[in-house]
Amino acid sequence: MNSAKTNSGTTQNLSVSGKRLTEFFQTVSGLFLFTIEFFKKVFIPPYEFAEIKKHMDELGVKTLPIVSVTGFIIGLVLAMQSQPVMIRFGAGSFLPGMVALSVVRELGPVITALIFAGRVSSGIGAELGSMRVTEQIDAMEVSAINPFRFLVVTRVVACTFILPMLTIYVIFIALTGSFLAIFLSQGISFQLYLNAVVHSVQFSDIIPGIAKTFFFGFIVGIVGAYKGYNAENGTEGVGKASTSSVVISSLLILLVDMVLVKVTLMIWSN
Amino acid sequence: MAEVEVRNLSKSFGDSVVLDNISLKINEGENVVVFGRSGTGKSVLIKCIVKLLEPDSGEVFIEGENILLLSENKLNEVRKQIGFLFQGSALYDSMSVRENLAFPLIRNFNFTTKEVEAKVKSSLEKVSLEDSIDKMPAELSGGMKKRIGLARTIITEPKLILYDEPTTGLDPITTKEISQLIVELQKDLKTTSIVVTHDLICAKIIASHAVVLKDGKVKYEGNLENLVSTSDPFLRDFFTSDILEVKNGSNK
Repeated sequence: MNSAKTNSGTTQNLSVSGKRLTEFFQTVSGLFLFTIEFFKKVFIPPYEFAEIKKHMDELGVKTLPIVSVTGFIIGLVLAMQSQPVMIRFGAGSFLPGMVALSVVRELGPVITALIFAGRVSSGIGAELGSMRVTEQIDAMEVSAINPFRFLVVTRVVACTFILPMLTIYVIFIALTGSFLAIFLSQGISFQLYLNAVVHSVQFSDIIPGIAKTFFFGFIVGIVGAYKGYNAENGTEGVGKASTSSVVISSLLILLVDMVLVKVTLMIWSN
Repeated sequence: MAEVEVRNLSKSFGDSVVLDNISLKINEGENVVVFGRSGTGKSVLIKCIVKLLEPDSGEVFIEGENILLLSENKLNEVRKQIGFLFQGSALYDSMSVRENLAFPLIRNFNFTTKEVEAKVKSSLEKVSLEDSIDKMPAELSGGMKKRIGLARTIITEPKLILYDEPTTGLDPITTKEISQLIVELQKDLKTTSIVVTHDLICAKIIASHAVVLKDGKVKYEGNLENLVSTSDPFLRDFFTSDILEVKNGSNK
């Protein structure tokens, strides 16, 4: 009897795992086809510049306060945490450079992208999801207006171009935070801090750091739009689209970052 | 005006067959009401007619063109001649009433700003909601949303209008008003209309022709009045008592 119960439990677990695996592959293939559809539509006129600008304004304004606070705290805390160790090893003067390199190459782009994913991907997922379940997308389609071009392409393009701008802003805010921490503990002048930063950070540090945020922005936009555009099952589906947008885009940002760091190191190793 | 013909249309969702080899012909200028119990595929039928849903098999002709075979651009040209009123009105949440109405005009036609404004106001006048021009959809009641949805549907002066449950969830007085409005608009614009509804008050006012769907097939097609004298138990259960009540009510 116990063995029969165990068998039934194992079958049930296998069936749940199988269902999840199927869902995973459906999402991957769906996202892939959705991305292909995006590239088919994005280069063909009419270009929705006004709509793209509107979304860039909205996304920028929506995310600015939270990335400002986060950027400032990251710079401040990174300097505070690193300072004792750097001083212990007699490398206190390298602190501004170390913080700047960390922020420019990795922390600035990745943290901004993750916050952007949490704020924007879920928003796009919920907005398009709610439009899908209330038949607004169908209404657009039946009015001879291509909803994919109007709703998806514009949002993805806006995300792709606004995230690099936000990242540059966050890097400056983080450097301000780190200056404050070092100034309060060591009394460093702004001129000295700036010199140390400028001498440490090379062009080859800035370009890959900013360039990868175009990919991150694209991921945030395309995942949010895919989940929202294909939402089903009413309000429950909207909630799921919103949540899974954040999870998938955050995970993809970290995976793509890993790949891009490797590629960057291969290209700029010297 | 537009003529619509559906030939051998079938549509399934998984194992569930919703439309099973349906054929229908709707003549120019007719007001056809499609009845059926919930889940019998009424909405699916009209969504297949405008290719919002892709049928599994069959053909849909609008003014002689099989729309299922058209390219995206040509399909959009046909869709410019079609209006569709959704069950929940489907007003764009992020746009005001003015923007909702102007949206299809700005996107699909070359009207000047003044012409667009004039058409928006004229459409709102037809549904008696001129004062709501600057409101957002969230500020409107259910009946107002239906009227605005109707104004947006007719603003492009379509030749064919499809109504998905236009009076569901409305009180009997608003139902009657919306139904009369549909008839007036049909007379003004000389459109062909297909109305999906459960609502017999609405049907009585609108219908010049009735279609009943059951288990994915056409159970009845013909005059609405003839349904009263039907001997079929399903049709009798579905219609007789309510139609008589409506008739008696209207006679009084």
